[in-house]
Amino acid sequence: MDTVMLSRIQFASTTIFHYFFVPVSIGLALLIAIMETMYVRKGNEEYKRMAQFWGKLFLINFAVGVVTGILQEFQFGMNWSDYSRFVGDVFGAPLAIEALLAFFLESTFIGIWIFGWDKVSKRIHLLSIWLVAFGTMLSAFWILAANSFMQHPVGFQINNGRAEMNDIFALITNGQLLVEFPHTVLAAYATGAFLVTGISAYKLLKKQDVAFFRKSFEIAAIVGIISSFGVAVAGHAQAQYLVETQPMKMAASEGLWGESGDPAPWTVFANIDTENQTSSGEVQIPYLLSFLSYSKFSGEVKGMLELQKEYELAYGPGDYIPPVKTTFWSFRIMVAAGSLMIALGVYAIYLMWRKKMDKPNTWFMRFMFWGLLLPPIANTSGWIMTEIGRQPWTVFGLMTTEDSVSPNITSGQVLFSVISFTAIYAILGAVMIGLFIKVIKKGPYAMDNEHGESHDPYNKED
Amino acid sequence: MSLNELWFLLIAVLFVGFFFLEGFDFGVGMETQILAKNDTERRVLINSIGPFWDANEVWLITGAGAMFAAFPHWYATLFSGFYIPFVFALLALIARGVAFEFRGKRDSKTWQKTWDVCIFFGSFLPPFLLAVVFASFIKGLPIDGDMQMYAGFFDIVNAYTVVAGITVVLLCLVHGLMFTTLRTLGDLQERARKLAQKLLIPLAVLLVAFVIMTYNMTDIFDKRGTLLWIVVALGVVAYLLSGYFMTKKKDGYAFGMTGAVMALSVASIFIGLFPRVMISSLDQAFNLTITNAASGHYSLKVMTIVALTLLPFVLGYQIWSYFIFHKRVHEKEHLEY
Repeated sequence: MDTVMLSRIQFASTTIFHYFFVPVSIGLALLIAIMETMYVRKGNEEYKRMAQFWGKLFLINFAVGVVTGILQEFQFGMNWSDYSRFVGDVFGAPLAIEALLAFFLESTFIGIWIFGWDKVSKRIHLLSIWLVAFGTMLSAFWILAANSFMQHPVGFQINNGRAEMNDIFALITNGQLLVEFPHTVLAAYATGAFLVTGISAYKLLKKQDVAFFRKSFEIAAIVGIISSFGVAVAGHAQAQYLVETQPMKMAASEGLWGESGDPAPWTVFANIDTENQTSSGEVQIPYLLSFLSYSKFSGEVKGMLELQKEYELAYGPGDYIPPVKTTFWSFRIMVAAGSLMIALGVYAIYLMWRKKMDKPNTWFMRFMFWGLLLPPIANTSGWIMTEIGRQPWTVFGLMTTEDSVSPNITSGQVLFSVISFTAIYAILGAVMIGLFIKVIKKGPYAMDNEHGESHDPYNKED
Repeated sequence: MSLNELWFLLIAVLFVGFFFLEGFDFGVGMETQILAKNDTERRVLINSIGPFWDANEVWLITGAGAMFAAFPHWYATLFSGFYIPFVFALLALIARGVAFEFRGKRDSKTWQKTWDVCIFFGSFLPPFLLAVVFASFIKGLPIDGDMQMYAGFFDIVNAYTVVAGITVVLLCLVHGLMFTTLRTLGDLQERARKLAQKLLIPLAVLLVAFVIMTYNMTDIFDKRGTLLWIVVALGVVAYLLSGYFMTKKKDGYAFGMTGAVMALSVASIFIGLFPRVMISSLDQAFNLTITNAASGHYSLKVMTIVALTLLPFVLGYQIWSYFIFHKRVHEKEHLEY
């Protein structure tokens, strides 16, 4: 395999793996901040225990997120040095700001949060977790500002063959960012929320620490349903923006080769033939693609064949059609997972509203447990659609993936790094799941004494 | 001062800060195998850096990010050119970072030993490899006219860079030991101080060897002689003072002095480089400099405003966190890790 393909595998595996942890961190930080706020305001120790129990999972997850994040930053220079040279001006700046603004904040205050339970006042301690939660959001904003530039480059001019920034405000008010940021952050909140409802459902099914987990479930379900709805709304806005700025990605995500017709139907399933550039056996919902694209029930959407001609005129000869099947199916998987989240969330809220949480239906709780997998599935397929659907570009319209790779690395080197990093991800993933299960099995009331010491750690003693 | 010079300075400050701060927690990481006699001591050591190591590591991430933003060519040439050393450094940093969090989560001895090995190698390899990288910066590397670096094994690993690596590792260890004297009590504290004192002689030999080799094998003393000799003189004074304070058991001052030696060593590399950022061994004309490797003026201006606004806050709350956890870690209290 050549270095381009290997580097893409490297980037995909690192980013996908890293992105299992990032949304959990963002989501759990918010939930823990809410729980600790309730503790400080109501003075009820149960909420403190809640913050600490979910905090344990948060910290295990956070550690893996942090260490894979370093790799995330270094790999641009390692595998994609020509890309880095070309966009460093515009792309490096948000990354540096992310580190200065967000990483320092998160890492310092997470330290205070972990070690400060009996060293700082309740309010400072609470402030710490809110600052961590705020930091994770800032971090998301800046990295998405960088990603949005790749989807829809703005605020730059080409100088001496490099993209130089000429308007930072254009960069942070990039239309792509304004739809991508809420979509991504709300999805992250949903990820944290469904993790908490999922684990709580498991414990409720086992009838362990029922009061504790019912309360956790309820707090998380509220966050979960609000954010799941929000994700859908923001996703709709993103689709409309996509038709305008990256119509090829939109067409590919629909498996749409020719014209859609007016009004355009949305394809639920289709048999895509990339060789003959046709799709067959489509199951379609009338009007829906027009609505997704334009928020009205009419309007045509361009197909890939016509767009290919347009792109050739604009960018010169080349193949501008991304891997259609991957783009098509990842979009559908994302939408399906997102819809299921909303359905589960609505029913959970219904149960809470009708005060039926005392005896929730066993089947529903099982669904809620497995529901914790839905957000990671949706997140991953969403990013696959976004990044694969942009191919052959790294920066849309400006630089191709082929041209981005480091010219001075060998495929042997990249293969070595792919194998060693993938191996360490596999180990970390397995260990993390193992530790999660251990912490969950022990439950929130076994925490105080876990190092086998005979004292209460929350009593001050010196 | 031009913005390019300012950003060179800021990146130098970030790396000096990184080696000063993470330097001691790398050192403490090594102590878990060298100094600690049992699991409790190991845990005391890990907890003594618990609240800090992550934020210390962010100095490295910010340094790399600042390079990316201000000198994209530097970032690109450096990270692609040192591909394999960075793979190892990253593997080590990954293993170390999770090891702190994971090691205490199960009672099994094998489990803890496994993560202890990760902590040790994770604390030893990154400073070694980063020192190798920095030393080869000033020695010169095969960088061609397109700013692409094609380095063979011996361009990166050779007597000079290995001496630099070992020196920095040992310096981290001594610096870490002094940190331990500040954050622990009793026997552990005593032993830390004694070991630091013992290591002063071999470390001095290494430092002198490194200066002599640098004088003979690089051009930096020709380029910045006066300034570098002043730095070397300051380093010698700080070194002697650190030894003096150790005998007087003035641990705080001694820690300051080992930190000063570290800071001056890293600073000397940047002083010697300036205004170059990477030196080509093929042709002077191929050097990467603060001019030809830099971002456009607008980017630098924006980044300057952002950095100068944020840095005071970052420094403020980081110092504050050290103040919160200024008390010594006692083995009888609740140990988080």
